[in-house]
Amino acid sequence: MTVAVYGAIYAGALVFLIACAVRAVTYARAPVHLRWEIYPVPHEEAARVRHGGSYYEDGDWWTRRRRFNLAGELAFMIPEMLFLKGLWEWNRKLWYRSFPFHFGLYLLGISGVLLVSTALITMWAPAAADGAFASLMRALYRPAGFGGCVLAFCGALALLHRRLTDPVLRTYSAPADIFNLAMFATTIGVLGAGYLATGPAFPGALGATRALLRFDAQVAIPGLLAAGLVLASALVAYIPLTHMSHFIAKYFTYHAVRWDDRPNLAGGRLEHRIAACLAMRPTWSARHVGADGTRTWVDIAVANPAGEARK
Amino acid sequence: MSDDLEISDMSRRDREPLVHLENDELMRLPAPLDGVTADQPWKPLSARAREKYECALDDTCAVNVPRPAGAAEETALVRRFLAGLEKLFTKENNWTFLQPLLLTLEHCAKCQTCAEACHVFEASGRSELYRPAFRSEVLRRLYFKYAKHGGLLSAWQHGDIELNWPLIARLIELSYRCNLCRRCAQTCPIGADNGLVAHELRKLFSQEMGIAPKELHETGSMLQLEVGSSTGMNAQVVKDNVEFIDEEMSGKTGRKVETKWDVEGADVLLLHNAGEILAWPENPGAFAVVLDAAGISWTLSSDLAAYDAINYGLWYDDAQFARVAIRHAEAARKLKVKKIVIGECGHAHKALTVVADRVLTGDLNVPRESAMTLLRDIVVSGRLKLDPTRNDFPVTLHDPCNLVRLMGVVEPQREILRAICPQFREMHPHGVDNYCCGGGSGFAIMSGNNFPDWRFHVAGRKKLQQVLNAFADCLDAAVPKYLCAPCSNCKGQLRDLLKYYGLWERNRILYGGLVELIVNAMADVKPGFIEWEWR
Repeated sequence: MTVAVYGAIYAGALVFLIACAVRAVTYARAPVHLRWEIYPVPHEEAARVRHGGSYYEDGDWWTRRRRFNLAGELAFMIPEMLFLKGLWEWNRKLWYRSFPFHFGLYLLGISGVLLVSTALITMWAPAAADGAFASLMRALYRPAGFGGCVLAFCGALALLHRRLTDPVLRTYSAPADIFNLAMFATTIGVLGAGYLATGPAFPGALGATRALLRFDAQVAIPGLLAAGLVLASALVAYIPLTHMSHFIAKYFTYHAVRWDDRPNLAGGRLEHRIAACLAMRPTWSARHVGADGTRTWVDIAVANPAGEARK
Repeated sequence: MSDDLEISDMSRRDREPLVHLENDELMRLPAPLDGVTADQPWKPLSARAREKYECALDDTCAVNVPRPAGAAEETALVRRFLAGLEKLFTKENNWTFLQPLLLTLEHCAKCQTCAEACHVFEASGRSELYRPAFRSEVLRRLYFKYAKHGGLLSAWQHGDIELNWPLIARLIELSYRCNLCRRCAQTCPIGADNGLVAHELRKLFSQEMGIAPKELHETGSMLQLEVGSSTGMNAQVVKDNVEFIDEEMSGKTGRKVETKWDVEGADVLLLHNAGEILAWPENPGAFAVVLDAAGISWTLSSDLAAYDAINYGLWYDDAQFARVAIRHAEAARKLKVKKIVIGECGHAHKALTVVADRVLTGDLNVPRESAMTLLRDIVVSGRLKLDPTRNDFPVTLHDPCNLVRLMGVVEPQREILRAICPQFREMHPHGVDNYCCGGGSGFAIMSGNNFPDWRFHVAGRKKLQQVLNAFADCLDAAVPKYLCAPCSNCKGQLRDLLKYYGLWERNRILYGGLVELIVNAMADVKPGFIEWEWR
């Protein structure tokens, strides 16, 4: 059974990484789109971020050097990523459910990274396993893991409760939306219960992680914990195949759409990308568009359907 | 009102509207429009319109899609829709918005945060039909089922939907129940954009099926490309009208006003919404006064479409949008001006400055700037002698969505008002958090059937509430009040809204542009440029 659990974990991680990469690359390779930003754009100059202004507030803006305000962007992004600041501002009732869920997942992720890092380091330098380093890491990944489990479990249940009881959400919920939240609650619940139910023969989280990395089949994984790990692996593989991969999408919706205020400068890289798009050949059927699959966007844009109709 | 509306209702084969609104269900208004009796009764949609057109969505009909003659025609229309749906998700046909559209359709968490930000949803008394996610949910299900060819698993994951002509007919109308103000997108935790969904639906209907409101297409962008302006003015007529405005302004201000046409090498090509020339001639007149007084080298262009800044394609059709934007840029290139300055027209700002930035390449990429910025620079430079006491009346500012939330021009107009209007007060919320006037995305010029009733009762209701609240301390008719709206479409909507509710006669709330306030404050101009007369 141990080997099967290891296989599930590796497979889950692999599918997750590949699916995330495919999704990210698909969006990244989409053609450049027309500008569609929404203000405030936090990388504008600090004085403007306060009121949501843009470089268009400057006379002859094209003659001025634009300064990218990284601090402003980070000041927006960090509270948004860690604390869901937007949801706090615009939908407080949901925040009370969504924040513990997401923050719990962050903690679980951090705990996992710390655990794997500690396992790798102690495998490479066995002496570190009994020293201050291991103690410090244990003091970090254990509370992160337990806290993450509790928060994510409670958050998932709270979100599921809302999804099931709010009549508005019912209209917009597909069966999978209910399933997804139930899957999270079940997985985290089984995983947490499985870990708490382990006996003295179990080598602990660090020992089990080291065994996983060595593919050591000698370690016996108790049934409930094994079930939790298989469920978690399946969930991890499933997430990037669904709209729950919004952690990837959010990068693009913010950086490539909402905040994409890059001006098109003559001879620049952006102009080359636009030129490639303008050379595409659409096939829209409405007569006024005049697309027949051979004319490019440029041909269509310089044509005048009103003039052609007169002829 | 129908509170238990489901997505599947969109496919209902009966011809009954899905929702019906009553005044007592709408968002309450403050004094003097508090109480249901203070509101206006709705003009019902005519039986003829219901008989002739597809009007099975709500109490009105914006697009006037003729009813198909029979099942065969319905089937053909469904096929055309499906062809358009496929094209919407190919880069060759929709590189212009493919990435944001996919992100929105594939990642909405259906949390409904967007609904709380939508003025249409709130003003309607939270009618489910107008929830921003309702329209998007329909397209999302269609996308997964028909564009991605999803089967049972997809239906389980994303929800199922029955595609038929009644659904498409309702979706056409529903795509014109959104102002495209994108306040919902501003609040979305994921960054999904329900405003974009409405835009893309309109595009599909126009570019594939040739369906769009007459006011936007036939007498809008097509007329502009045919004669030069959606007002119907050709170059000679517009010159005659502007000459008349010059004479009027010269008499009114005591300064010689002479608009220059087609001046090669001028610093500034000024683009007005030509509607100003016909409806509010004091606005282009005031621009001429201010620019001349400030010593700006400027000109208008008489080239086709270049004396009308409007670009209705922004709201429904990428091809029409690009055509008009290119003609604006070509006029500037031909005159060898240093920059284009866009007058008081919000959507023209966003169209030519922001969105067309990725259409205009090479020497068509002429620098473009907002009139708000130029006017601010003129006012703060001290080149005009200004007397703020001439504007000593309550003034509030409407923020056009296209200029503010969607372009980031927030402060210049405020700097001007703070300098010349002692009683300037903000609406709440304002700036990038503003509410749409209710006329956005073409609604201000759409007046078929009883659509204005919907526009006033629902789309414009939140703005009306904001205006009344801003003037709550001075509603008495003895105090003249000025609602400053630096956008032609917003002015059109606010004019109609104030008139509909009698707020000029009863409370002396007048609307107007920004540049008129500057001329009204110019010490070396005859006093009383703003005449406090309804128009």
